[in-house]
Amino acid sequence: MEDLLEILKELHPEVDFETEQHLVDDEILDSFDIVTLIAEIQDVFDVTIDAKRILPENFNSAKALYALIQEIEEED
Amino acid sequence: MFFTSYEFLGFVGVLFLVYYLVPKKVQWMLLLAASWIFYAAADPRFLIYILATTVTIYFTARIIERDQERQTAYLREHKAEMDRDGKKSYKESRHRVRFRWLLLGLLINLGILATLKYANFFISNVNGIMNAFGGTERLSFVTLVLPMGISFYTFQALGYLIDVYRGTVPAEKNFFRFALFVSFFPQLVQGPISRFDDLSRTLYAEHVFDARTVSFGLQRMLWGYFKKMVIADRILPALSCIIDAPGEYHGAYAFVGMLFYTVQLYADFTGGIDITIGIAQVLGIRLQENFETPYFSMSLKEYWRRWHITMGTWFKDYLFYPISICKPMQKISKFSRNHLGKKIGMRLPVYLSSFVVWFATGFWHGASWNFVVWGLANYFVLMISEELEPLYGRFHKRFRFSNTRLYNIFQVARTFLLISVLKMFDCYSDIGTTFRMFGSMFTAKNWNILWNGALLELGITAGDYGVLAAGAVLFVIIGILHRRGGVRERIAARPYPVRAVVWSVLFLAVLLFGAYGIGYDASQFIYNRF
Repeated sequence: MEDLLEILKELHPEVDFETEQHLVDDEILDSFDIVTLIAEIQDVFDVTIDAKRILPENFNSAKALYALIQEIEEED
Repeated sequence: MFFTSYEFLGFVGVLFLVYYLVPKKVQWMLLLAASWIFYAAADPRFLIYILATTVTIYFTARIIERDQERQTAYLREHKAEMDRDGKKSYKESRHRVRFRWLLLGLLINLGILATLKYANFFISNVNGIMNAFGGTERLSFVTLVLPMGISFYTFQALGYLIDVYRGTVPAEKNFFRFALFVSFFPQLVQGPISRFDDLSRTLYAEHVFDARTVSFGLQRMLWGYFKKMVIADRILPALSCIIDAPGEYHGAYAFVGMLFYTVQLYADFTGGIDITIGIAQVLGIRLQENFETPYFSMSLKEYWRRWHITMGTWFKDYLFYPISICKPMQKISKFSRNHLGKKIGMRLPVYLSSFVVWFATGFWHGASWNFVVWGLANYFVLMISEELEPLYGRFHKRFRFSNTRLYNIFQVARTFLLISVLKMFDCYSDIGTTFRMFGSMFTAKNWNILWNGALLELGITAGDYGVLAAGAVLFVIIGILHRRGGVRERIAARPYPVRAVVWSVLFLAVLLFGAYGIGYDASQFIYNRF
């Protein structure tokens, strides 16, 4: 989780990712951010996030995103 | 049978009545019959094409889902005897099979779209190239039918197929129910491009007559007719006069024409969508919103989140994301990160995929280079804004006035002008003319046309300008109210006499000020040709 928070912080230092629950709904993360984020996550966590996983519910909070990473890790 | 014809009003009137009289179970069947009648009334040949899309997408989606089910069953049965690698390689082999079926569905339908919409564009370009190399041979143009709304229904059907392939929606088992999803008639004119998981929730449901929903739907239709017939069609003669004779109407006229087009396109497209969503609402069906007060945007990026939303999200979900995160793109990103620095490496996938998306968006709008240039002009402005964002950030931090209402109004006006300039590529179909007309605004010596009465010689009268000005003011007021909450809900909360006056005035405005007769073309919608 720490690694993920670090990636997110680098993208938007002004956002409190530990509490924010509507990153996509409130347009804090846009499509450009999401692509950048996926590339970083793939690098750090060595998981492949495909397009079908790009849903608001998976990217709305750091917690949801971390759960997604864990889910993909388990599937692999 | 256009939305603005008496036949259409009669058609939907009868449909609304019958829809609530027939048993609830057959409502969706009635809608399918009505949709096919509507489409065949435009041209019976259109039906062949929409049926081809329906059949091919229906079967490819079913095959893909059946393969997925077989895979799940097989893995369950052989759970004990398969190790992790065995499972992975089995899944990958099935995945390849499903991908081939997806590809087949995509190729057939994009092939139909490309042939019908782009064959002559291709031929004219080949002829141009041959001509440039001194060739005298010329390929002759082909005469093909272009089914109404083909770009809309094809994209809607393809979105469904991709969703089934991704496993995010189940394939529809009933062919006729699926046929309704592809051909639901209000959407056939100009969208919105619906998603299966969203639309299927209400499209096949049984709908009981609800006076509030029906009256809200009728009100939305009325507002759409006001936009289309009172504003869009009224401004059209003046707009055509300016655009059709750029040699005569340049400089200040080009500026006026540019603003006219921005207003006309808004009234025409959003008005058409209001009618579409209103019809669906009367039937108890909820369609996705396609606009969110786009001309109040403070940047081009925000505008594209608010204008033609369903097309934007389609391109984002089915083209932008898959391209930006595909393996080759990840390799490019990695390579550039190692050789050009982290910052560039991170941005490259986004910029490359955005280029493809904007090229495709331009091309989707029409088989002509001016649309491609329009798409790419949007791309360059968006990318430059993206690069300048840190600078804007510093500016907003430094200067406090950037958070004031006045500055926000300036941002809205600036974005409106920018959008208007970009739309000139769409307005003048010739790229050279667009640049000439844009340039002529800066060297214009005819700004006196704005006050010397010359604008009254463009085919519309002082009365027309009065109606247009009132309409523009109304757009702004409704836009502001809409941002603060539902307009119809506010009106519905008022006493009966107030409500009656509001809707009667709007109805009378359409009747009295709607553009009818010679010189007006109250038939086609601009987006209908896409």
